[in-house]
Amino acid sequence: MLDTIGRNAPVGQASACPAGINDFAVKLANVNGTGSASANGLIMQAIFRMGIPVTGKNLFPSNIQGLPTWYEIRVNKDGYGARALHYDLMVAMNSQTYKADVREVRSGGYLMYDSTWPLDPHLHRDDITFLGIPLARMCNESFSDPRERILMKNIAYAGSLCAVLDIDMPIVDELLVEKYGKKQSLLDSNHKALKLGYEYARDNFRCPLPFHLEKMEANGEKILIDGNTATALGCLYAGATVAAWYPITPATSVMDAFKSFCEKYRRDPDTGKNNFMILQAEDELAAIGMVLGASWNGARAFTSTAGPGISLMNELLGLAYYAEIPAVVIDVQRVGPSTGMPTRTQQADLLECAYASHGDTRHILLFPANPSECFEFAAKSFDLAERFQTPVIMLSDLDIGMNDWVTPRLKWDDKFRPDRGRVLNEEDLTHMAKYFRYFPDDKNYVAPRTLPGVSAKGAYFIRGSGHNKFGGYTELPSEYQEVMDRLALKHKAAAKFVPAPEIIRRKGARFGVIAIGGCDPAVREAQERFGNAKAGFDYMRIKGFPFHEQVEQFLADHDLCYVVEQNRDAQLKSLLMMETNVPKEKLQSILVYGGFPLSASHVLDALMNRDREGAAVETVNA
Amino acid sequence: MPSISKPVATHPSLQRNELGLTIRDYEGSMSTLCAGCGHDSITAAVTRAFWELSIAPHQIAKLSGIGCSSKTPTYFVSGAHGFNSAHGRMPAIATGAAAANRDLVYIGVSGDGDSLSIGLGQLCHAIRRNVRMVYLIENNGVYGLTKGQFSASADIGSKSKRGEPNRMAPIDPVRLALTLGATFVARSFSGDKEQLVPILKAAVAHRGFALIDVISPCVTFNDHSGSTKSYLQTRKHMIRATETDFVPPANEILAHISSNGATSVTLHDGSVVHFRSVPLGYDPKDRAKVSTYLDRHQDSGEILTGLLYLDESAPDMHELSQTSEVPLVHIPYETLCPGSKALEELQEEFR
Repeated sequence: MLDTIGRNAPVGQASACPAGINDFAVKLANVNGTGSASANGLIMQAIFRMGIPVTGKNLFPSNIQGLPTWYEIRVNKDGYGARALHYDLMVAMNSQTYKADVREVRSGGYLMYDSTWPLDPHLHRDDITFLGIPLARMCNESFSDPRERILMKNIAYAGSLCAVLDIDMPIVDELLVEKYGKKQSLLDSNHKALKLGYEYARDNFRCPLPFHLEKMEANGEKILIDGNTATALGCLYAGATVAAWYPITPATSVMDAFKSFCEKYRRDPDTGKNNFMILQAEDELAAIGMVLGASWNGARAFTSTAGPGISLMNELLGLAYYAEIPAVVIDVQRVGPSTGMPTRTQQADLLECAYASHGDTRHILLFPANPSECFEFAAKSFDLAERFQTPVIMLSDLDIGMNDWVTPRLKWDDKFRPDRGRVLNEEDLTHMAKYFRYFPDDKNYVAPRTLPGVSAKGAYFIRGSGHNKFGGYTELPSEYQEVMDRLALKHKAAAKFVPAPEIIRRKGARFGVIAIGGCDPAVREAQERFGNAKAGFDYMRIKGFPFHEQVEQFLADHDLCYVVEQNRDAQLKSLLMMETNVPKEKLQSILVYGGFPLSASHVLDALMNRDREGAAVETVNA
Repeated sequence: MPSISKPVATHPSLQRNELGLTIRDYEGSMSTLCAGCGHDSITAAVTRAFWELSIAPHQIAKLSGIGCSSKTPTYFVSGAHGFNSAHGRMPAIATGAAAANRDLVYIGVSGDGDSLSIGLGQLCHAIRRNVRMVYLIENNGVYGLTKGQFSASADIGSKSKRGEPNRMAPIDPVRLALTLGATFVARSFSGDKEQLVPILKAAVAHRGFALIDVISPCVTFNDHSGSTKSYLQTRKHMIRATETDFVPPANEILAHISSNGATSVTLHDGSVVHFRSVPLGYDPKDRAKVSTYLDRHQDSGEILTGLLYLDESAPDMHELSQTSEVPLVHIPYETLCPGSKALEELQEEFR
């Protein structure tokens, strides 16, 4: 069930580390639709407010109610935020998955369960400690409403966790007041349930456990935010006014957040009218069409989607590329192909996005690795799209987009003004003898555009059919090729404008590791921990495509690079082979694509194995 | 599509509209469609309607999909921005454009393949949103550019050029639009410019989605005997269900209105559509009655033309969305960006 790594991948021994103060992992096994999310979120937020670095990963099913769902909380004083694979404490609240959940606790760890019902003796393990709490019984005795009994069971185990992990109770109280302060009865119920669980644990177990929490000051001004919310903020701050979308997991919350921000910040205080329009389209074909129509007309417009939506958008992405219409597409990647696993994460839309649509096309891509970059890159997407008059696709993923991340505070420079690229106004046009859409172009191979409604002199007929540099229809090979060649150069020119890769070097490094997006926390952690044992490696995180010149340089500087990515087919490696001069032999793959976020153990184990074999050619999934 | 620019020749005697422009200023490049194509007559009607309405060319945005019909925006109003998009995708592109700038006049030109097959979904949803635009379906029952396959509007029993009969039921855009809640539904015939021009003008003035289905015979692939969309067949079976006049707000006094007008509808800009004559019991504002009337006649093979249904009370897309009266493209960035202080404050919620 928890096949998170490719077929032959050995997991774990190299990277297991003992738990301690502010250094442990808890996994909570729940049934979805029972209200566990708010209890788990409460714990996560309380730890955050205690000033301790923490990560929460929601491993949830594509379902509304009744199926298994897990939440993992990793506390790490050094700030390692990647997913942990070894659980010091399991909160087993789902009998369907109990068997597997018991097995996942590390030797010497603990398992908290509802002791209202007896434990199946077959599942007993001698090497772990069972913490039985009669959650259902206590809640049944204390609450009369059937729904409340179920919901409050979650808050009750949260109370027990407060006791065993030493979570600061005043902080938890404060959070409950913030959340339910307006509904006194709900607040009372939550307090009651919390107390039930807390007191039972305090009175029956030796609290706290050997691994537990101690307040720190590590979070400072940081915030707890998911990538989709940050993305929506980036679009808001960039000045996007038209958003078109079709509901899809895991991108839906981008538009949910954009809508709520627009309602807050984009309503004219005098008229009450909206300075935005959000169009819930009939499908993704229409969503991207709406974006193109709005962008052609001069608005900053975007759509948010996932892989299946990108598949549908291919057609019009080609039109936008060829006719040179700005468009911003947010792709929050999930597991493909086809419907795949909608609630699981992957980085498998890379090649599809790089070359979306039939014919010779290539697009500008941005790869944010965390919510801060989602904010920054989403805003940047609009500048790039307008500067280069072309689609820009920002590839986030479910892990970044839907999980809460401890992130530096988002900053905005009030001096920022949108880069609208080359747009001629009425005044500019009066000085021209005649206007042509694709001529003359500048040093970045971009020609000025005009917007409808400005001047008849700037009127042109935009088309996805063959056209010459003047914008006129053509079927002449030379005229067609002239435009296509310029488009290729224009794409290349964008390399200077995409963010440079982040490169972290280690003295005496013998090889390089390359990754994008959501792999970052795992690779960083692996770099730190690998460096302790071995000479270490250099790490390059690529942030955009076309590849920045520093990417080429990094490849040239290393005889061997491991490319870590979350897809089966080594798409980043393929893109590097196609778009740089790197010889194929220099690149090796580490591929983890089962759908759960990457762990440092995945990377470390793969590197250690390879190292033992003298950097053998075998890849994880070969 | 290849285009041949027309030489600019203005005769001093040419009449000028309120903007001082002649009809030549509303023309585009030369048509490259087949000689006698119904679409060219529609182009002429569109040219005339815009000229008569005195709309500044640059205030017009003309959009299309793919197909013979979709070539035609190059043939009218060369001073308007044009967007020849992808097959069946014009409704969404027009929707996005209209969202961004509510001040322009949008005309979408489509065909029966573009609108009733590949783009049927988008057409339906543009109708539902009541996007303010003129939506022309140049309906000939065949795919012309790919040489004569039946389209979804081909009638049962209609024969292709090779003699094969179509056996599937047609999709009738007029009845479809009525079902979907369209607010302006008309049908006309490319050979009836006298009827088409006032309908087009009313469609431009209508605040909402104005669907005009124009039977437009394909001289090359669908004008033979056995075709139900030939010139001959259409002329024979066409019945003007309604006779309408369009009167712009300023010209009320100048218009000659026949006194037996059954009903009038005042449009939002103050212009008026006079239904000069409608059949007994027909109310162009009553969706159910119009539907029943259409069903009865069309089942007996008659092609009813005219402005068939008009509802000026329904909110359009911008009203539904409560969008700013100022077009979104004209709102300054300083108004759109909440600024760093708001971001600082907002982030207190993420603690």
